[in-house]
Formats: sequence, structure tokens, C-alpha cells
Amino acid sequence: MRILGLTTIALAAGLAFATPGHAQAPTQPAPTAAAPAADATLAAPGAEAAKLAKPADPTLNPDGSHKTGPKPGIGQPVDREIGLQPQVSPNGREALKFHNWVLFPLITVISLFVLALLLWVMVRYRRAANPVPSRTSHNTAIEVIWTLVPVLILVAIAVPSIRLLAHQFTPAPDNAITLKAIGNQWYWSYEYPDHGVSFDANLLKEKGQQEPGQRYRTDVDGPRLLATDNRVVVPVGVPIRLITTATDVIHSWALPAAWIKLDAVPGRLNETSFIIDTPGVYYGQCSELCGARHGYMPITVEAVSPEVFAAWVASKGGHMPEANKPSAAAPAQPGSDKADDTATPANGAGPVENVTATPATTNQAATANPGAGNH
Amino acid sequence: MTDIALDHGAAHDDHAHHDADHKPGFFVRWFMSTNHKDIGTLYLIFAIIAGIIGGGISGMMRLELAHPGLQYLGAWYEFLHGPGKFDDATEFWNVLITAHGLIMVFFMVMPAMIGGFGNWFVPIMIGAPDMAFPRMNNISFWLLIPSFSLLLASPFFGGAGTGWTVYAPLSTSGSHGPAVDMAILSLHLAGASSILGAINFITTIFNMRAPGMTLHKMPLFVWSILVTAFLLLLALPVLAAAITMLLTDRNFHTAFYDASGGGDPILYQHLFWFFGHPEVYIMILPGFGMVSQIVATFSRKPVFGYLGMAYAMVAIGVVGFIVWAHHMFTTGMSVQVKMYFTAATMVIAVPTGVKIFSWIATMWGGSMSFKTPMVWALGFIFMFTVGGVTGVVLANGGVDDFMQDTYYVVAHFHYVLSLGAVFSLFAGFYYWFPKMTGRMYNELLGQLHFWIFFIGVNVLFFPMHFLGAQGMPRRMPDYPDAQAYWNLIASWGYAIMGVGMVFFFVNIFWSMFKGEKAGDNPWGEGATTLEWTLSSPPPYHQFDTLPVIEDSHHH
Repeated sequence: MRILGLTTIALAAGLAFATPGHAQAPTQPAPTAAAPAADATLAAPGAEAAKLAKPADPTLNPDGSHKTGPKPGIGQPVDREIGLQPQVSPNGREALKFHNWVLFPLITVISLFVLALLLWVMVRYRRAANPVPSRTSHNTAIEVIWTLVPVLILVAIAVPSIRLLAHQFTPAPDNAITLKAIGNQWYWSYEYPDHGVSFDANLLKEKGQQEPGQRYRTDVDGPRLLATDNRVVVPVGVPIRLITTATDVIHSWALPAAWIKLDAVPGRLNETSFIIDTPGVYYGQCSELCGARHGYMPITVEAVSPEVFAAWVASKGGHMPEANKPSAAAPAQPGSDKADDTATPANGAGPVENVTATPATTNQAATANPGAGNH
Repeated sequence: MTDIALDHGAAHDDHAHHDADHKPGFFVRWFMSTNHKDIGTLYLIFAIIAGIIGGGISGMMRLELAHPGLQYLGAWYEFLHGPGKFDDATEFWNVLITAHGLIMVFFMVMPAMIGGFGNWFVPIMIGAPDMAFPRMNNISFWLLIPSFSLLLASPFFGGAGTGWTVYAPLSTSGSHGPAVDMAILSLHLAGASSILGAINFITTIFNMRAPGMTLHKMPLFVWSILVTAFLLLLALPVLAAAITMLLTDRNFHTAFYDASGGGDPILYQHLFWFFGHPEVYIMILPGFGMVSQIVATFSRKPVFGYLGMAYAMVAIGVVGFIVWAHHMFTTGMSVQVKMYFTAATMVIAVPTGVKIFSWIATMWGGSMSFKTPMVWALGFIFMFTVGGVTGVVLANGGVDDFMQDTYYVVAHFHYVLSLGAVFSLFAGFYYWFPKMTGRMYNELLGQLHFWIFFIGVNVLFFPMHFLGAQGMPRRMPDYPDAQAYWNLIASWGYAIMGVGMVFFFVNIFWSMFKGEKAGDNPWGEGATTLEWTLSSPPPYHQFDTLPVIEDSHHH
């Protein structure tokens, strides 16, 4: 992927301010690369200009701040709320429905039933009310009933539960957009291998706590501890093939609003897919203990229209893949994709420098370990 | 007894036949003990001390989490190590959560249930004079001392901030310094201690039952310890292997869990949870046993469906070994594996339901009194049900793409442990306190302890369901401001619970010295197990003449 030299970035209008000078920002010189093969139908208005200089990031204001903030009550926790987060993906809505209309009523009824039985025996069979205890200690019929009825209830749960698993597993179609999330201590790196885009996403610190020259969090960026400097931009309505891995320890990429949580394991590629069908900004946090700043590597996803997505890709120096070309998970392209590999920010001597090699497309548990063979 | 005669300090025990209550001197009695009741007492004292430390750490955690932002971690770190950076403070948080988990699991619940009550009452309940291997029993206890010392010392060497699960590679390449090695060695010792204890219990229960005490007449508490001992015996060696490989990965450049050397970090999780899931039943099964005894005693009725109750525990133990990967639903397992572990996990709800309903059926038609042990047991039954049904929710692999590693999980396992296992521990403690000490506890203080603790832990843990539903991940030192409300309420719940604990400590100290003398059987006709046929406290060596269990003597 084309990692942009700082000079190149500075040339892009409006981007200079937004680009944080993090220590972990890759500093390889920009590849000489290559005009993006902008597909006419997908290209955003700015695509023409991309041949000269990169167009402005459509999700950012000229001063580098985010244009779109989160909508209240969605994609982030809500104070005093007791229910699950609203869902913006079809599988998420299925799962939410399964929880809210099957599991939750069931466990509430069972708990209240047990409570009612307990209260009843406590009142009816207290010593004052029933001084002489019965000696009954067996009743085969009732024992069979209270073994079989739970079995039936569990079967009734298992059917939608297994169906949900099957839906979550359905592999992403060929036209899916591949998003690779790489966990690092303690930030996420993202790659769009088909689009030649990659960047790091760091926590936006509070005003006064940020490093000199960095920008601080504003409410448009999102809530404290959840907002990142760079957002993962995805198009709405298009399947996203999420591939996770890590360079140091296990992290977990989570997006509660899309019902997604997938561990990022060094030396492994995990894959799942989801569709976000509502534009908006959604937040998640690393969900596997990964060391000192485990609580400080959030995930921010901005879902935009496909047109804006294409413009965003162009502004990042990337390109939209050619139509009908099998995407991402297809064998690595010698040219552009190879550049991706070298740009993978590997923290020190991580075990998985070239983990971008072909992931299995048909198995969610892609356990291929391409990194191992090279050492 | 011939073996004891070789021991200098206890040489005169050889003549103990005609003086069953003759006790050796202080040092020999408490440091070289071969007496199951004394070792049980040591285990209980140890567990209470560990509980105070582990509970104190959770107080620090709730204090820090009471408000958004970091308030205390930096100061605590500075107190321990001198001025530190931001990362030092947040890493100290990880040390706290790790210590809390390990202490509560390995040094509070397990020693109290198995080492404490198991040691005290399994031999008595089966009519045996002592455990099968009294010296091994002593080793089991004293292994815990270096084990706990290693764990408690580790924060002074940097601290193990890996979580109680000690996942690789955070615990291997991700943690430097000796602290994690100390924690691992601590687990090795605690595991060895438990394996020795398990061998002891299995041998005792199989070989030392009094005449007429068939397996199907054993009290359910003995059944529960028997099943638990088998779980320990089968599960702990797997943990030992898993953490030994952690040690060699850390120190000798092996790569069992390192992908770059051909290993696999997920292998560690499979091994850990192959131990870890039976471990959660190890922590709750003895509680099941105690609650069964208590419910029967205070309902003045034999346990309903005795065989179903016993074999439900066996079933839980067996199925507990084939559900481990439901702790790993987000690690990238294939969909077939997820489906299997979803279905298998749900199966556990069936024998658990049998137990819940059988307890209620035991009370049904009974003549119930609501002494302190009974209210704890009733609280256990309901709270364990609440924790159990959220377990059914979490069993669904598809739901865990949301729930995994959120506070919903924290709420779930604290409902089954902190409100399940701990309630059963308090129930057992009050139930057997008169037998162990010869004095009655104070009923009013006991009831106050229950009600304040009950309210406190519910205020503490119920809002965690809401936090989890809103997506708050576990093991976070700080949280977005929109999670402040329930976090503050949870912290107040801790404070309420802490007030309840004051009544507990006042009660045991007051009652131990000033409590009313307890007769042989303070609970009346409902208490039918053998310990109530002995004096309170029992003689130093009981059953010089083995009791004979008649056919009519029903569990």
C-alpha cells in the first residue's frame, strides 16, 4: 500500500493538520506509485483531481477535524440505559431481536418463576404454618417433568441461536470490501488491501493532555476514550470482510453497534463479515486485555455513502478496485499488494511481519500462519 | 496410628485411644498437624485472610471505578514503587484485577470449600476417624503458604498484569520481569496442593466409609466433594502443563504459544479453559452440597430426589469437561465448533435446573425455619438462578459477538461466584460454626450480615448487566462518561456489602469467645448427618468405635 511520505501529506489540502505525528506513524518513503485506476462510476467528484494532487478527505473539515459526529444514543454507550446498544447491521438486528424477544423474556420469566416458588414455600411451609413436615422425598413424575421441560426450552433457544451463528458465519461475497484491523500495543492499524489505503488510529486525547502539535478530542470526534484521530470509513450497504491480526499480543476488535467482536491474534488471521446499513459514527474498544493501555485503544467506524467512501479512498491516495475483480482475499497482487505488506507497521520483531498473505475466504477461522515459515 | 508414633512431638498420640480429646502442644498441633479438623481450621483461617485481601483489592477497584477518569491508581502505584508514568498506573490496574481474580479463586473459594469444610466434615459425615493420608493433608495446606506468598510478593517485582487467565502472549513476550514467573509458580504450587487434596478426598471417600455407609447413603455434601475431587484431579494437571509451557516460553525460548516459532497463542486458551471451566464447577459444587444439607436441615425434610441430586452433580462434572471453548467464542473458531459448544453449554442448564427444583421440592411440604444458614441458602438458590440464566444467554456463541469480555460476563460470573459460591460459604460457615467452635453465633448479627450483604452485592453486581449491555469491556481502568451512572451505583453497592462484612467479623469474634454454648445438635430433628451425633466441638479424634449406619438412617 502506498504509505504517504510526510511531504506528500502536507501537499494534500487540509490533511496536514489532521495527520498526527505519532511515533508509530510509518515513515517509509512514498512509493513512486501510481495513479489510482479510478472507476468512472465509483469515483467521487474529486477523482479527477486525484491525478494531480490528492483530493480533500470528504469526512474532514478543512482544518482537519471530523465533519460528522456521532448521533446521540447510537453507536456508543448511553448513561442510565439498561438495554443493549441499537444495531446498525442486519446480523446485529437479528441477534438483538434474538436477545430481546427470546432470551431476555425467557430468563426473566424463569427467574421470577423460581422467585415465586421460593416465596410461596417460605410462606406456606414456614414452621408456624406447617409444624409437621411431610416425608415426601421422591416423585418420579415431577422429576421427569423438570428434566424434560428445560430440555424443550433449550431446544427452542438452540434453533434461533444456531441460525444466528450460521448467518454470522456466511462468508463475505466477492464484492465485499476487505478491511484489515491490526492490533498493536496500543493502537489499531488498518489496511484496505484492495484500495491501497492504510493508516493508524490512535486515541484522541483530551484538551490539555495531548502532545504538542497534536489535536485534542472535540465532541464531534466522539466521547472521551472512544474517539480516534483517524476513523475507519466504510460504505453503507456494502459487505465488509473484516480480517484481524495483531503484531504483539492478543487484542480484540469490537464494534458493539454492529454486533462484531473478533480477536486479533498474532500469527493468525481471523475473518468475519458484516454490513452496516445506517450512515453514522460508531465506537468500540479493544476487548481483550493487552497490557497497560488496554483501555486506551478505541475503535471508531464511520459509515458513509459509497460515493463518499470512494472520495475518501482517493483522498487517502488509494484507488477503487476494478469492477468484477475478485477482491481482497484473492491472491496477493504482485504490485500494489506487495507494497502493502512491507508497510505493515510491525512493532519491533513481531512474529507476523507478512501476515497479509492470503487469508482463507471460506473459513471464518482462518488459522493460516504465514508468518511462521519465514523464521 | 503406628505411623504417628514415629513422630517425636506426637509420640504420645499412640496412647490416644483412651483419651480421644488429648491434643498435642501448640506448635505440633498447628504446624505439623495430621488432624483433619485442625487442618480444616487452618484452611478456613487462610481463606478468610485471603478473602480480606482479595476483597480489599476489589474495594480499590470499585473506588477507582466510582467516577470516570483515573483518580487513585497513580497514587497507589507511587505508594508501592515511587513516582511512575501513566502506563505504570494503568498497568497497576491490571495487577489489581489479576490479583483479585487469582486470590478469590485459588486462595479464598477453593481453600474454604474443599480444604476447609471438606476437610472438617467429609471424614465425619462418612463416619471416618480422619482423612486417608493425614500427612499429605498437611502438605496440601502448607503448600498454599509459599504459593500465596509468591503471589502477594509479585506486585513488588513489577506485578503480574495478565488477568487471572494469564493468556499468552501477553504473559510471555508481553510481560517482563519476575512477577509473572512468580504468579505462574504460585499457580503450580496451588495446583499441586489441590491435586494432593483431591487424591486424599477420593481415597478417603472410597475406602473409609463406616459400615453401612454405601455411596448412595452418603450425604450430598460428601457427594459434592467427591465429584469436585475428580474434577480437580483431571483438570489441574492440564493447567500445570499449560503454565509450565508458559514458563518455558518465557525463560527458555520455547515457542509453544508463539506463532513465529510454530506455536499458537490459542493453544494456551484451549488448555487453560480445559482446566478453567471445570474449575468454575470446582468452586460451586461443594456449595451445592452445603446448600442441600442446610435446606434439608431447616425444612426438617430429607432432600428431595436424592439420587437425582447426586447424579446431577456427576452430570455437571462430566459435561463441565466438554464445554470449555465457550470462553473463546471470539477467538476465530469455525462455525461448527461454535455450534457444538453452544449446544453443549446449554445442556448444563438441565442438571442445574434439576438441582434448583429439587431444593424447592425439599422445602415444599417442609417445616421451615429461617435461621441465618437457611437465609443464606435461600439467597444462594435465587442468586444462583439469576447467574445461571445469564449463563444461558452467554452460552449462545452468536450472542457473544456482543457479550464476550463485557461487564455482562463480569455480572454473570459474580452472580454465580460472589453471590453463589460465597453465599454457600457463608451458609456453611454459620451452619457449622456451632459444631466447629462449640458456641452459637449471634443470630441477629448473622441476619444483619445476610441482609446488608445481600442488598450490597445486588446493588454492586446487577448494574454490571446494564454496563455490559451498553458495551463496557472488562478490565478497564477508566470508562466513557456515559457509563458513569451505573458504575457509581456499583461502587456504592460495594460499600454496602463492606458494611455487611463488618457484622460478620464482629459476629465471629464475639461468638467465638462469648457465644452461647452450643449443644451437640443445635438445629434439631432436621440435622441428620453424623457430625450432629458428636459433641460440639467434636473430640480431637472421633469415631474410635465406628458408627454403623442402619438402613433406616437416611442421609
